Amino acid sequence: MNGKNLEVLVMAGLFVLLLAAPFVVYPVLMMQMLCFALFASAFNLLIGYVGLLSFGHAMFFGGAAYITAHTVKVMGFPPEAGILAGTLAAAVLALATGVLAIRRQGIYFAMVTLALAQMVYFYCLQSPYTGGEDGIQGVPRGRMFGMIDLSNDLTLYYVVLAIFTFGFFVIYRTIHSPFGQVLKAIRENEPRAISLGYRVDQYKLMAFVLSGTLAGLAGSTKAIVFQLASLTDAAWQMSGEVVLMTLLGGLGTVIGPAVGAILIILMQEKFKTLGDWVLVTQGVVFVLTVLLFRKGIAGEIAAYATRIRR
Amino acid sequence: MQTPEQTDYIIETAGLTKEFRGFTAVNNVNLKVRRGSIHALIGPNGAGKTTCFNLITKFLTPTRGTIHFNGRDITALKPADIARLGLVRSFQISATFPHLTLVENVRLALQRAAGLHYQFWRSEHALDKLNGRAMELLSDFGLADHAHLTAVELSYGRKRALELATTLALEPEMLLLDEPMAGMGGEDIARVAELIRKAAKNRTVLMVEHNLSVVASLSDKITVLARGEILAEGSYAEVSGKPEVIEAYMGTGASTGGAAQEAHAGATA
Repeated sequence: MNGKNLEVLVMAGLFVLLLAAPFVVYPVLMMQMLCFALFASAFNLLIGYVGLLSFGHAMFFGGAAYITAHTVKVMGFPPEAGILAGTLAAAVLALATGVLAIRRQGIYFAMVTLALAQMVYFYCLQSPYTGGEDGIQGVPRGRMFGMIDLSNDLTLYYVVLAIFTFGFFVIYRTIHSPFGQVLKAIRENEPRAISLGYRVDQYKLMAFVLSGTLAGLAGSTKAIVFQLASLTDAAWQMSGEVVLMTLLGGLGTVIGPAVGAILIILMQEKFKTLGDWVLVTQGVVFVLTVLLFRKGIAGEIAAYATRIRR
Repeated sequence: MQTPEQTDYIIETAGLTKEFRGFTAVNNVNLKVRRGSIHALIGPNGAGKTTCFNLITKFLTPTRGTIHFNGRDITALKPADIARLGLVRSFQISATFPHLTLVENVRLALQRAAGLHYQFWRSEHALDKLNGRAMELLSDFGLADHAHLTAVELSYGRKRALELATTLALEPEMLLLDEPMAGMGGEDIARVAELIRKAAKNRTVLMVEHNLSVVASLSDKITVLARGEILAEGSYAEVSGKPEVIEAYMGTGASTGGAAQEAHAGATA
């Protein structure tokens, strides 16, 4: 009980910080962090609470980004409709790929998701709508609901914060819901969950679709923020990066993945001058995390808090 | 239409056979479990007891043969659906959800029937209304004082008790217990035997068990398996006197050992 109160308190504190952040930090950087924080949190719903390691989440993130960019730039959708279209497309993609992937477990699940994501990647590379190597550039930010001008970074920041908060709340609610309890049961002991009469594939599929949809929401939002959908969003490296963010912050913790995402983005930003050495730095940080704090940053803090309360 | 004779048996298998790559683990087993009885399945290692068990609960698919539960053919059903019919199994390794609290463990068995399992948009406080029933079950099994510990913190015997409490929360018509006494010491055995006796009220129990004194004191009927086939059937007194049963336990040794055990391990894995 106590742990949950603490969780809520920490989240409320972070939210206040996020409200004030764009006055201190460059808003575009903050928006990038929020998009990736949502992406990592969505990914964590699957690995942290069902125990399924997807290695293809870039297909939802990147796929949704392309759909949003295309609908807004070419078809003239307003931004909110573009984001909705991208997110819905990710949901449909997640349903289609999930039906195939959840039949397998462990490394096979990871390989199937990777293979499917690569198919999406090559589609993005080859299709006439996606601009090949260039991606879709110069996506207009437009006016939300016809009145909120998103070309102002500060305005857009609060829209992105609202989207992030919504997505994060959906994840939080899912984790702490009757459905979330069943997910935890499946993660803890799948045969036992079956023997209690749970058709586990249905729950796994639902979690997969939820996770993919929210990853799509993050990708769609990112496309509006950067006015760009590119191959980077759909590439396998993106799938790997979200694993890294989640592990760094704390797998299976509520705010860990968001913390991990923010740190990775900050590192990429601060060490920009190092060029390709950023990757080496990331590697070192990752190795240190795995060696020193197994549960990730938020995971270790939570474990410490539990210890001192006892 | 069913004759009264048919409904007398809750489980009936006909010609049940399971082959693993040419090795026959269970061969042409016709098992009948009488409604309301405690029925034990015994036999030396590798006799096919656990395989039989996994076949009945559909954790394995039979190569040949049929299984009827309450006169209904369940051979083609999936394990989760078998459980929904009221045929619930336990596992050799005590099956709990280790990092959930005891209340949460038992509640998981209640959630499905209460329709609280797909809702991801509702707060988990929706589950609080099941807490009363969960606590009742926990106190039936002497676990009320530990309700807010996680299952992993319990002793082995208590984990077994928790498992039974969770299973009974489903109010199953029939229990299948896979070696309920495995790895347990003296006091625990007596306590769990008492729990099983309690759980068997108004229910049918089929159990696999190695501890023969437990089998002798608990069960109404015993089926002895050896090399995948039924060797003998009857009360403990009847089967324990039979020379072929004594031979199966004492006189087998190397002849069946290796291959049979491997298949057995494959089946339980």
